[in-house]
Amino acid sequence: MSTPVISIEGLSYRYPDGTEALHDIDLHIHEGERLALLGPNGAGKTTLVLHCNGIHLPQVGSIAVSGISIDRDTVMEARRRVGIVFQDPDDQLFMPTVRADVAFGPRNLGFDDAQVDARVDAALAAVDITDLADRSPGHLSFGQKRRAAIAGVLAMEPDIIVLDEPTANLDPAARVELSAVLGSLPVTQLIVTHDLLYALERCERSVIIDDGRIVADGATRDILADADLLAAHRLALPFGVELRP
Amino acid sequence: MSGSHVHALYLHGDTQVHRAAPQVKIVAAFGCLLAIVATPREAIWAFALYAVAVAIVAGIAGITPRFAARRMVVEIPFLILAALLPIFGSGPTTEVLGIDLSIAGMWDAWNIVAKATLGLAIAVVLSATTEVTDMLAGLDGLRVPAIVTAIAGFMIRYIDVITGDWSRMRVAMASRGHDARWFTQLGPYARTVGVMFVRTFERGERVYLAMASRGYTGVMPPSTQPATPAGQWIVVASMITVAWVICATAWVLS
Repeated sequence: MSTPVISIEGLSYRYPDGTEALHDIDLHIHEGERLALLGPNGAGKTTLVLHCNGIHLPQVGSIAVSGISIDRDTVMEARRRVGIVFQDPDDQLFMPTVRADVAFGPRNLGFDDAQVDARVDAALAAVDITDLADRSPGHLSFGQKRRAAIAGVLAMEPDIIVLDEPTANLDPAARVELSAVLGSLPVTQLIVTHDLLYALERCERSVIIDDGRIVADGATRDILADADLLAAHRLALPFGVELRP
Repeated sequence: MSGSHVHALYLHGDTQVHRAAPQVKIVAAFGCLLAIVATPREAIWAFALYAVAVAIVAGIAGITPRFAARRMVVEIPFLILAALLPIFGSGPTTEVLGIDLSIAGMWDAWNIVAKATLGLAIAVVLSATTEVTDMLAGLDGLRVPAIVTAIAGFMIRYIDVITGDWSRMRVAMASRGHDARWFTQLGPYARTVGVMFVRTFERGERVYLAMASRGYTGVMPPSTQPATPAGQWIVVASMITVAWVICATAWVLS
């Protein structure tokens, strides 16, 4: 089997106040996979995500990106290879224009102007917002902001993109547009979401994390069809929706 | 959220002034402003020349007197302060409409009014013809430290977000019966300011995380600037030279 894009072995993490956020996490994500990370609030999803690009470094265990173990010396490489799209696009779009924001990552990676321009143009085209390049992020709709944030990550040409609640606060049309955009991206995806139907639509595999532990890992349809499992971990399908394995 | 107040100063147009490179306009504004401030207050003819020059540039930029006047109302408090100087000034006086006015105070008032009005008019022309993002790019082009332009950019970027938060909190308070028409009811507003500070601080942490996730290591990446046509620099140098010649002539004649 090929080298996993993300390989996590025995990862545990405790916050400075003593709260154990992650406990003995083992997780492999392979190239081309679309994996949904499910779990109730406070389960440790965001803490796990922040380990994937070295914002948090492992206290116990290890995490590797495309075979490169993340430590202080490899953090920058991890951040190039793992692109995180945060939940609130206003946190991510901090530059005066969309183009400048999408160029922020490639410039940090030291590319020259021609390379930066090529990456920016390709990223904007991939999420279909080329015409918004010179707009201020503050003047975009929420759905456009979300796509601009994804473009900023795509411009780094990552091995995997991690999306934190990508469908949150989107109206139905924007949700459909975003789903189409994400479905068209030929890149491994880890999607953190409470939107179980979105996970069913886009992710063939799902993992449930609760209280810092992985409690389920399998085919999305099988996991979502297990009503007892969902209920035990404060998850639920929308009213009236029932799945059979 | 429209962010309208950030761009409220900008007048959409495609004039020569709009098309000029932002760094050129910034240098022109700053250079001429210094000459105006350095001009002796007694040289009324010099201020008249400056005013004509500013009016010509504003006319080329398509700025109407009404547009300029609406954006210059911020000057009114300073004008009121200046108007008090002849009344409360010391030294010899002269009678105007039956009121004894200090001559020195009148010159002080004129000095403030003339220089502040011309300075503000220049700022209005600059902001009406230069988008905020171009202004930041212009400062980058003038080699202003990247950290300074980054802070200014963040401030402009997030002022809409923060005022949006503030508006939603006010609506939430009003929706639960808070009515801040009375002084004694201002307490919740004061506490809201504290909440806003904490929220803004937390947002700052999240923005930093997003920056770090895209390779930020404490130094803003360099931006690129298109070359400024030499002709624009020649025009600006000429304008600034004329302004300083007027200033120098005023000093010689005074």
